[in-house]
Amino acid sequence: MAPAKKATKTTAKPRSSVKVPRSAAAPTPSVALVPVPKAASPERLDDPRRSDVDEWGRSEHMRALARRAYGPLYRSWHRVEWEGLEKIPTDGGALLVSNHAGAIPADAPAIMHGIEEQLGRPVYGLADEMFKRMPVVGTVWARSGGVLAHPDNAYRLLAEQQQLALVFPEGTKGTGKTYGERYQLRRFGRGGFVQIAMRAGVPIVPIAVVGAEEAMPILWKSAPLAKLLGLPYFPITANMIAFAGLGPLGAALPLPAKIKIRVLDPVSFDVEPDQPRYSRSLIMDESEHIRQRIQDALLDMLRNRESVWFG
Amino acid sequence: MGKRVLITGLGTFWGSRVAQALEADPEVEVIVGLDRNEPTVPLERTEYVRSDESYSILNRIVKAARIDTIVHTFLVVDSTQMSSRTIHEVNVIGTMNLFAAASAAGSTVRNVVVKSSTLVYGAHPKDPVWFSEESRRAVAPRAMVERSLLEVESYVRDFAVDNPHVAVAMLRFSNVLGPDITTPLAKALELPLVPSVFGFDPRLQFVHEADVVRAILFVLSGEVQGIFNVAGDGLLPWSEVASICGKRTVPLPPIGMGMLSSPLRRLGLELPPELLDLLRHGRGVDNRRLKRRGFDYRYTSAGTVADFVESIRIRRMAGDAGTTYQYERDVEQFFRHSPAVLDPD
Repeated sequence: MAPAKKATKTTAKPRSSVKVPRSAAAPTPSVALVPVPKAASPERLDDPRRSDVDEWGRSEHMRALARRAYGPLYRSWHRVEWEGLEKIPTDGGALLVSNHAGAIPADAPAIMHGIEEQLGRPVYGLADEMFKRMPVVGTVWARSGGVLAHPDNAYRLLAEQQQLALVFPEGTKGTGKTYGERYQLRRFGRGGFVQIAMRAGVPIVPIAVVGAEEAMPILWKSAPLAKLLGLPYFPITANMIAFAGLGPLGAALPLPAKIKIRVLDPVSFDVEPDQPRYSRSLIMDESEHIRQRIQDALLDMLRNRESVWFG
Repeated sequence: MGKRVLITGLGTFWGSRVAQALEADPEVEVIVGLDRNEPTVPLERTEYVRSDESYSILNRIVKAARIDTIVHTFLVVDSTQMSSRTIHEVNVIGTMNLFAAASAAGSTVRNVVVKSSTLVYGAHPKDPVWFSEESRRAVAPRAMVERSLLEVESYVRDFAVDNPHVAVAMLRFSNVLGPDITTPLAKALELPLVPSVFGFDPRLQFVHEADVVRAILFVLSGEVQGIFNVAGDGLLPWSEVASICGKRTVPLPPIGMGMLSSPLRRLGLELPPELLDLLRHGRGVDNRRLKRRGFDYRYTSAGTVADFVESIRIRRMAGDAGTTYQYERDVEQFFRHSPAVLDPD
């Protein structure tokens, strides 16, 4: 046989001969390939990784860079203020559910940044596949903790890995609201987030965010342009006018609205986890209940707000 | 009584590897290998039958040799190897004939292993990070090879339903790398600059060629039934795969790849649609079901890539001797059947 083959086989062989216990009677095959069902705890395999990109595509290194870049915006531009941060579990899985607003929503990075800085544990942001389709954006999104909102992904994150996942059940219906509709929560999807939390056996932590609506208010939407570009909406925002001098960068820069985040009491469900299906009415009740609590909290926070810019 | 095994695709990489491994197993009494091409590796006791996958021949072989175990490795997953029409003939028609023969009246077949591919899941932005064996693909397949493999799997499923007394195992293998096998991804990784799609850094999973053969033997020996993903632990970004290979990536434009495909082919790089999808969206499969049955991998995804790189390095250093083996019908017949050859026992 080719010398190259021989050389590689000898490198692979010592490992295999140590690992596989063979019954004394069986002759040793030349290629050591006969599999024998093994007892527990196999030795750890050599896993020569070069990057810290995890199975979800998140890279802590990239997240740290993103946090360093976003920090000034978080502290000095939006002056993010938390209320009830202690209600977010410091360990164990939980599904964070928040309202979602602004053409480029400022709520997602603020929530993820705050929790990662304060609690020191990663937050995975669940979103639809729109980001994954976009070159560059999709990769950056994934490296900074974005994960496709697929039931299998959510289950593995929450139940098997006991992570924090953040979801915006309003989706683009929330972010595509015009300024006149601010702080009026849209439909919370079809309650899929409740079903996932039930199946995974983790609590839902509702979060109300005030300020993201004013950070990038949509004045007007162009349906034909959205259709042409394949986007859920194509907005003309106040930022495009306010920061017109900055060119295209201005469209991405949020207004310096004060962001206040209130964490509400976690909701646990009194159901068996891992069921294939849950009562539709129970799901809708819980979903509506959570939506109502976030809506009430928003109205309460708005009543006490004196200024959009100073809180 | 030992096993009487029929291997399809004996002239292919997998067929010959599995045959070699089975020859070492004293439990296996007879190995019959089928292919249109001659085996490219030396085999000691496998009986090679030069034939196509027509129903009448398969039917006769299964009956005549009292085959009880079929290892169906002759499924084309690399669409750069042959034309669409040939792939259809090999995959779909070949499988149909094989299972028709195996389910004929009086068939002695009790154990079937099929080597499928995780290509059946596709690669799409709507995919979960990990496909389980039960996951359905996000969108209908667009690549011919994926469509043909889905048809193959439906034949296998029908066979399993119609023949409950037969243990049918279908293994879906992830992207294979290793010292000896050549795949389009391996070719891409051997180029001076590794092609990628601009703006995408998909996460890929790999399985080592040795683990592929081991998995096939594992399900054979345990008469394991069902569908199993076979892939190493872990997902690696394509850029990291290139980096383990000591290479840099060169981005190809995300659109208009159709126009680029012929100049790229001249550079030795062929990227069929299923691979372009993979290089955009990646694919991960949950490998825990087979592990729960007791199979243990020798390589993780990263370990597979590292071993592949090591083998390239050695080949560069020691030179590629190529395949020295040449099948000689008369010689092989002599050793197997001449009364002059004495059994060592």
